[in-house]
Amino acid sequence: MVFALAGNQNSGKTTLFNALTGSNQHVGNFPGVTVERKSGEVKDKKDVTIVDLPGIYSIRPYTQEEIVSTDFILNEHPDGIINIVDATNIERNLYLTLQLLELMVPTVVALNMMDEVRENGGSIDVEKLSELLGVPVVPIAAAKGEGVDELLEVAVSTAAKKQLPAVYDFCNDGGAVHRCIHAIYHLILDHAEKLGLPCRFCVTRLIEGDGDMDERLGINQNEKELIEHCIVEMEDSTGLDRNAAMADMRYNYIEGAVAESVVKSQESKEHRRSVAIDRILTGKYTALPVFFIVMFLVFWLTFNAVGQRMSDALAAGIDLFTAAVDRGLVAYGINPVVRSLLIDGIFAGVGSVLSFLPIVVTLFFFLSILEDTGYMARIAFVMDSLLRKIGLSGRSFVPMLMGFGCSVPAIMATRTLSSDRDRKMTILLTPYMSCSAKIPIYAVFAAAFFPKHAALVMIALYVTGIVVGILAALLFKNTLFRGKPVPFVMELPNYRLPSAKTVALLLWEKARDFIERAFTIIFLGSMVIWFLQTFDSRINVVSDSADSMLALIGRYIAPIFGPLGFNDWRVATSLISGFTAKESVISTLAVLLGTSIDSLGSVLSQLFTPLTAVSFLVFTLLYTPCVAAVAAVRRELNSGLKTLTVVISQCIIAWIVAFAVYTVGGLIL
Amino acid sequence: MTLDKLTIGNRGRITNVGGEGALRLRFLDMGLIPHTEVKMQKTAPSGDPIQILIRGYELTLRLEEASKIEIEEIE
Repeated sequence: MVFALAGNQNSGKTTLFNALTGSNQHVGNFPGVTVERKSGEVKDKKDVTIVDLPGIYSIRPYTQEEIVSTDFILNEHPDGIINIVDATNIERNLYLTLQLLELMVPTVVALNMMDEVRENGGSIDVEKLSELLGVPVVPIAAAKGEGVDELLEVAVSTAAKKQLPAVYDFCNDGGAVHRCIHAIYHLILDHAEKLGLPCRFCVTRLIEGDGDMDERLGINQNEKELIEHCIVEMEDSTGLDRNAAMADMRYNYIEGAVAESVVKSQESKEHRRSVAIDRILTGKYTALPVFFIVMFLVFWLTFNAVGQRMSDALAAGIDLFTAAVDRGLVAYGINPVVRSLLIDGIFAGVGSVLSFLPIVVTLFFFLSILEDTGYMARIAFVMDSLLRKIGLSGRSFVPMLMGFGCSVPAIMATRTLSSDRDRKMTILLTPYMSCSAKIPIYAVFAAAFFPKHAALVMIALYVTGIVVGILAALLFKNTLFRGKPVPFVMELPNYRLPSAKTVALLLWEKARDFIERAFTIIFLGSMVIWFLQTFDSRINVVSDSADSMLALIGRYIAPIFGPLGFNDWRVATSLISGFTAKESVISTLAVLLGTSIDSLGSVLSQLFTPLTAVSFLVFTLLYTPCVAAVAAVRRELNSGLKTLTVVISQCIIAWIVAFAVYTVGGLIL
Repeated sequence: MTLDKLTIGNRGRITNVGGEGALRLRFLDMGLIPHTEVKMQKTAPSGDPIQILIRGYELTLRLEEASKIEIEEIE
């Protein structure tokens, strides 16, 4: 038995999903889009599967989230819908409910946060509401686990009986909307039945004029004119256009139902508390300082105090383990090439990426707390005016900021964005925020060529990244992502304490996802690089790294960097190896120049002048992200081709900017 | 007057919902419908977007979006 779990954002949907399924969850994407699809088996009933649909306010075919939700219900025919409704915000939540009921699928309404309603002196006549909606209504408090078992029981029995919604006529006042809906209903009933679509839903789609419903139904010109006539008549007599009339009809019904079944509480203490907190967190003078302090703390804890420390410890552990395995292999007398594959290829490659894990988990710990408390929505509110200029909304600020630490968790963090367009655009922009793994490169070069202005060079590089990012954003805004920008209109939910279970499950999911990738795509990537480093073109093991295939490729592509001022195979080779991890640019250069990292600075002048050094740094700043970040992009964009485009276009942009810097610099100097 | 002109702390009743396409539908879906009462809560530090109270919940929208919503002020 399959249930779709549908509801508004901030209605406690994830909490309910976790309460129902525990850790038996599978995360993927809906086909063709970057909208997350989570499903899970119910803890004690393995034959019951819940599919967690994205949080939506409506099922119009406008956003990706709305489309996949509607398509899932109509095309994959779940046995039932569990519609979670925030009882503290019942009017707006029931709006989606009325639309879901038109889909004619056995439905149960889970009335969440009933504990808050009661505590604030309100009450809801559940039976009355159930009668008015024509479906079972079960009061729950998902965060406390109250009513969840009962909800599941009712859902299973409703679905088993195939009990369809008993009420779907929300226009029962006999007015103009009613006449319009019913006239069209009778006109298209045959068509809808032939297609196997719920007729009321088709009527709504026809009136609201969304999508290609008339074509799908095979409506002829004559019928089309009749339908249009009915709609125009409705518009004339209500004085509202078709969309407003339909929305008005739904809200009228809801207001009536709420008046009959709900005793509203006074202003709830949660809301009062939220307004009080907002006085500081979004206050005119306090909002920005608080925001930067919070961001600084998250950044510092993730990329320094907690996450980085744990990463370093893990890296040390992996090193110890690698060394132990290495000794074992030597003692065993294994073939040195196999030993090199295991130690230099797999252990080094996967190990270096795996050591990111604590950083990823730490960052997601903070992100999920920001999200679940409701602060993330406030960040969007506070930062919106800044990001709007480049065609994004305030919510993209956090992932992009995290990009300065590491692109991998930053790109993964775009999951928190609520629109597909913003998500994709943010993923494309995040790599322009210079990640911390590039700092060693900047440091070595700045110290070697600009010892007096090292800090200035660093800052200039970061600013260059941001400026190029902004230009790219403006370009995207006017090309790839032109047209329909997503409306900002967004709910600011009451502040709530995050649930430990939700946070823990999210961390578990992200960690599992990351480890999976470390052992698949990154595993393969490390083997390929190792292979190229170890063998020459006749598959002989090389004794001098200058003879390896990687060096050969380096020689081959080095002329590309001629116009940038560093046509040298060693530099080209180091840039290729930087694809595995940015730090290895420096270590590869040191190996190829026959020196140690510590004394690298003094020999760099053999290869670079100050001007070509700057050109090289700019190229390093902007060229393809490392393999771990590319894997994250691939995962989030859900497309190998688009990912390849990202990699190639970043290399091209890097080349162009570096060329410009080198040329202009040459003219000035 | 339009919603973006409402003074902080004041209330109004929606008389007409403008805008086009996705924006307008979003308004309607979020409950911004003629006859609905709204209260201006605050603005972001830069003065835009604004935060309103509607149907018992807090909603934020940009000034430009709010200028599509006509209201009459309630004393």
